[in-house]
Amino acid sequence: MNDQEILAGLGEIVEEIAGVPADEVTPSKSFVDDLDIDSLSMVEIAVAAQDKFGVEIPDDQLKDLSTVQDVVNFVSKNAGGSA
Amino acid sequence: MTSPFAPVQSFTPFTPAAGARILSFGGHQPGHVVTNDDLAAQVDTTDEWIRSRVGIISRRIAGPDESVTDMATVAGGKALAGSGLSPADIDLVIVATCSTEASIPNASAVVAHRLGIAAPGAYDLNAACAGFCYALANAADSIRAGTARHVLVIGAEKMSAWIDFTDRSTCIIFADGAGAAVVGPVADGEPPGIGPVVWGSAGELSRNITIADRNSSLHQEGQAVFRWATTAMHPIAAQACERAGVAVSDLAAFVPHQANLRIIEAIARKVGVPRERLADDIVHAGNTSSASIPLALSRMAERGDLKPGSPALLLGFGAGLCYAAQVITVP
Repeated sequence: MNDQEILAGLGEIVEEIAGVPADEVTPSKSFVDDLDIDSLSMVEIAVAAQDKFGVEIPDDQLKDLSTVQDVVNFVSKNAGGSA
Repeated sequence: MTSPFAPVQSFTPFTPAAGARILSFGGHQPGHVVTNDDLAAQVDTTDEWIRSRVGIISRRIAGPDESVTDMATVAGGKALAGSGLSPADIDLVIVATCSTEASIPNASAVVAHRLGIAAPGAYDLNAACAGFCYALANAADSIRAGTARHVLVIGAEKMSAWIDFTDRSTCIIFADGAGAAVVGPVADGEPPGIGPVVWGSAGELSRNITIADRNSSLHQEGQAVFRWATTAMHPIAAQACERAGVAVSDLAAFVPHQANLRIIEAIARKVGVPRERLADDIVHAGNTSSASIPLALSRMAERGDLKPGSPALLLGFGAGLCYAAQVITVP
């Protein structure tokens, strides 16, 4: 799974949970400031990401993932090593 | 020589019943309405923020003179009146609560006395927000075992007494109220009206919802609880349907603990229950812990939203972390 695939998958998740069109979910966007996603939706996104990518994003890590690229990097880094 | 005490009534076991069913509901909310704007005047929050995060528009808060026992008595009295039974017909009173003002005496014995129920079995049950579903399961089991024939089950909470009204993460959520149900045996040959309970607990996560001691307020790790509830609860709900032999598509209503509208909408989506069949009593009741499910049921029944004889799925979950689910037949 390359970064482009992770980004596309994340876009689908964000669209489904927060109603933000997937094509607006671009790497430099901040979830809170640009996409207007609150902390509870971030938890839902993390849970959906775990189902989709098989990578758990714990709450204490989640708070540090502010941009779309941060999540893509986290999933990319942890997808290979675990499982 | 006469004793100053009333004679102790002897207890005679009952004939075990094939199953139990709910006969009636009753609900009570305190009169004082607290809106989101009222809270925004006290802490740094807004109506829009509260609606979007937890889905609550207003809640009821009990005054200093209204106790858990008082609210339980009113709700229990309404359920008893609705059942058509007399106080003498009730053999067991269970009050699910985690917020009584004092741990002695228990609320249930006092409620029973106030309602004129003479010498019933009486105990309080603390499974926090799952309490009503636990109590309902115990009531059904008692009727099946023959240790009771008719049971008054109440969920009653004065959460406001344990809330720090300067803590904006909790004061916007929790509220006060009581709900009740009268449970009795099914007629011979009838299917059970209270399905098998699916229950459990996750004590390893208990630190996420706590009241540290008698002088402390409720503390909640909101994100952790949100994650747990939206990932671990839908399989419990689905299993309760399976064990009852009821297809999710046949449910007339899904009445989960009214924790947070976003949590229960997420659980309903994962269970596969359409939004219009999901109870959303939280909007004007807030999170009343063990009272939320029977309070929602009593109001839905009053409005005529629940068709008698149809199946409804109940799911309680909360501090402990405790959870329980069962399918009931609407009375």
